[in-house]
Amino acid sequence: MAMTSLKINGKVYETDVDPQTPLLWYLREHADLVGTKYGCGIAQCGACTVHMNGNPIRSCIMPISSVANAEITTIEGLSENGDHPVQQAWDELDVPQCGYCQAGQMMTAAALLKENKKPSEEEIETAMSPHICRCGTYHRIKKAVKLAGEKM
Amino acid sequence: MQNIQSKSRRDFLKSASAASGGLILGFSWLGTQAFGAKVIDPSAVAHEFNAYLSISPDGKITIYSPNPEIGQGIKTAFPLIVAEELDVDFDQVTVLQANLSDKYDRQLTGGSGAIRHSWDRLREAGATARELMKEAAAQKWNTSSANLTTAKGMVISPDGKKLSYGDLVETAKGLNTPTNVKLKDPKDFKLIGGWHKGVDNPKVLKGERLFGIDLKKEGMFNAQIQRPPAFGLKLKSFDASEALKMPGIVEVVSFDNKVAIVGNSTWEIMQARKKVKIDWEKDKDLESSEDHDRIFKTYLDKPDNGEVRRKDGDIEKAFAEAAKVVTADYQCPFLPHSPMEPMNFFAHVKENGTIELAGPTQTPGRAVASISKLLDVPADKISVELTKMGGGFGRRLDDGYAVEAAHLSSIIKKPVKVTWTKEDDISGGYYRPAVRYRFRAALDKDGNITGFHLKGVGLNAGNCTRQDNFPAGAIDNLLVESVNYESPITTGPWRAPITNFLAYAEQAFLDEVAEAAKKDPVQLRLELFERAKNNPVGEISYDIDRFVETIKLAAEKASWGKKKNISQGFSAYFSHNSYVAQVAEVKKVKGQPVLSKVIAATDCGIVINQSGAQNQIYGAITDGLGHAMFGKLSFKNGEPEQKNYDSYRIIRMNEIPEIEAHFVNNGKSPTGLGEPAIPPTGGAIANAFAAATGKRLYSQPFNLEDDQVESYL
Ligand code: FES
Ligand code: FES
Repeated sequence: MAMTSLKINGKVYETDVDPQTPLLWYLREHADLVGTKYGCGIAQCGACTVHMNGNPIRSCIMPISSVANAEITTIEGLSENGDHPVQQAWDELDVPQCGYCQAGQMMTAAALLKENKKPSEEEIETAMSPHICRCGTYHRIKKAVKLAGEKM
Repeated sequence: MQNIQSKSRRDFLKSASAASGGLILGFSWLGTQAFGAKVIDPSAVAHEFNAYLSISPDGKITIYSPNPEIGQGIKTAFPLIVAEELDVDFDQVTVLQANLSDKYDRQLTGGSGAIRHSWDRLREAGATARELMKEAAAQKWNTSSANLTTAKGMVISPDGKKLSYGDLVETAKGLNTPTNVKLKDPKDFKLIGGWHKGVDNPKVLKGERLFGIDLKKEGMFNAQIQRPPAFGLKLKSFDASEALKMPGIVEVVSFDNKVAIVGNSTWEIMQARKKVKIDWEKDKDLESSEDHDRIFKTYLDKPDNGEVRRKDGDIEKAFAEAAKVVTADYQCPFLPHSPMEPMNFFAHVKENGTIELAGPTQTPGRAVASISKLLDVPADKISVELTKMGGGFGRRLDDGYAVEAAHLSSIIKKPVKVTWTKEDDISGGYYRPAVRYRFRAALDKDGNITGFHLKGVGLNAGNCTRQDNFPAGAIDNLLVESVNYESPITTGPWRAPITNFLAYAEQAFLDEVAEAAKKDPVQLRLELFERAKNNPVGEISYDIDRFVETIKLAAEKASWGKKKNISQGFSAYFSHNSYVAQVAEVKKVKGQPVLSKVIAATDCGIVINQSGAQNQIYGAITDGLGHAMFGKLSFKNGEPEQKNYDSYRIIRMNEIPEIEAHFVNNGKSPTGLGEPAIPPTGGAIANAFAAATGKRLYSQPFNLEDDQVESYL
């Protein structure tokens, strides 16, 4: 069996699962990191978003073979104590309804803010519109991205 | 163990558990007889901890929330009510989700009914505990409890002495439970009406294991199920020989016209699933959307085939004598619920005759009843762990996916979690039914509505009208008819069932009537209410004053009719015992109509949690808007043509208007809020679009009805 080496939240994982396994399912079922969510499996909803070397990617369509040796960060690794400015802002403005999409939303927001702490309304929409929130929390997400930027 | 007896005749008791050392105050949320003055074995109590509000000597207060949480905020709102009467700070409380238990009643999420149903019970539960704490302090201080007050989990004496509830637990154990306790005067509420964050936020935001899909149980296998790909097909045969050779695959079994692939990991199962060869055969009609259009037309055109839901006066005469007749058809398609978290459920049918269930469900009781019947296992041998749900919107009122998991587990004799793909979920049925309505209104020469006729044809919609809702009661001659056509395509309740499209059709039609009558749409409604108030016709389901007040608040907040360069659309609807009025606003940007804002006024009685309430209004309007704009599930030979978010379009951030949420502050007992803001939305935006462009939108989704709609967002 071919071995794949992955670096997730600073930890190294050596695995012999099928290298074609999407990172999403590796995270959820092999690495036991279930914060990254399955929403569509076809890169349409953003629920599965994680960082690869700091950039947001859709883990549902990313085979583990193609992220080997990259630095993967999931929601569990976004901050040590759940206090990344994005997490703080999300809590402060009470963004989640069902909460299912929010890990993906926060990962994209965190990546956006790392590059640009003061995004315009339009920049926020461009970055966040690939994400679906079926509960319709978009208004608060927009505000929370701004607030998180101020906290950074 | 000693028996502890409640002296109370009410459904409230306390007992001391030696094991926990704390005081456990139990309350039945319905008043089921289970706890009425019954001797309870404390060890059993410790075991079935979940029905209780507990206070431990170290001051820890735990409140169990029995109703399933789907994002509607019940897990925050229910405990807030208890905490309010208990008189503690909310951050002193730990909230836990209770599992299914017959100690609770109405342990379901649906119909926006939980708060209305439980309001008094929750308050009494909290207040009884508070009074007991006062009694305990009174005994310690040798005074009367009438002299004492409470605040922040403390009992306070007139001279300023304080004892925390934790300190009083031991004393309280020996006391009788007070009865007929006085509830707080709403003006003294400290928590209710405030802004409170969701109690699950810390876990959600850290990505902790919370949802059904995250479940991982000892020895658990995963499974996916291939169900008939089209409505009207059934399983003929299957060949799993190749699939079984794939890595990680344990078994492939069929039951109930389905083929289940059982294995270790989801990805392996997904791969093997493609290799299972399945032959399906025709069982029922394989309907296409064109068939549905034909069915609608046939049934609407055919006279006297509808079930008469309501008949007031003489409709024939009214139309014969009308100065003007307005008529229009409105149509809405099937819709999947497509919550973000697809269906999934864990089941373990055990050798010892018990069944363990866990997963996201809005109706755990229904799942247990069905599984008990199917597998012939007594209901009390079946346990259900309630997980948080990644949305529901009515989809998880279905028990089918839980039953299916249990069925599979009983066949393979293994613990198994069945997970649906998004494609499985969107093509899995239980849809919002497709409906077409025909409205006719008769006007006299002054523009008064003298006759009103609504006929609806629904595909598996049951009664697709709400015959006693407005404008019934305000019109002398009224006929409401409903036709149900039975289709192989399965349907179920979808957030604000029936009213989510009926309200759009009716509110858009009323706007057309107002135009024909040359009346302002708000004025037209107010005149009708005036009429209903002075001289009502038959039974009505709504409260006229509350309805009017809500409409006036929306009109006032939106400066109805007074804004320059903005076209407004009005809509108002009563559902789930709450009233919501909305004004949608359209601006022209480069000559194109753009939906800029929706202003909503809501009367849901007392608002429990400002944050949760605002979330529900924002969410429901976004939901109503998104589905009115884009939601469409069409069929070809029984098969849905949209299967995932690439073809089934959901509204996104760059498409939302600004939303303002206002609440009528009337101090009335709280009513539902998970659904009522959806019904008026489609009508408000259709009417605003008509005001801006002169074009009426007769069919959802609007983006297929008129290409200008694309620029509308
Ligand atoms: S699950 Fe990956 S984008 Fe939807
Ligand atoms: S919070 Fe429910 S899907 Fe976004």
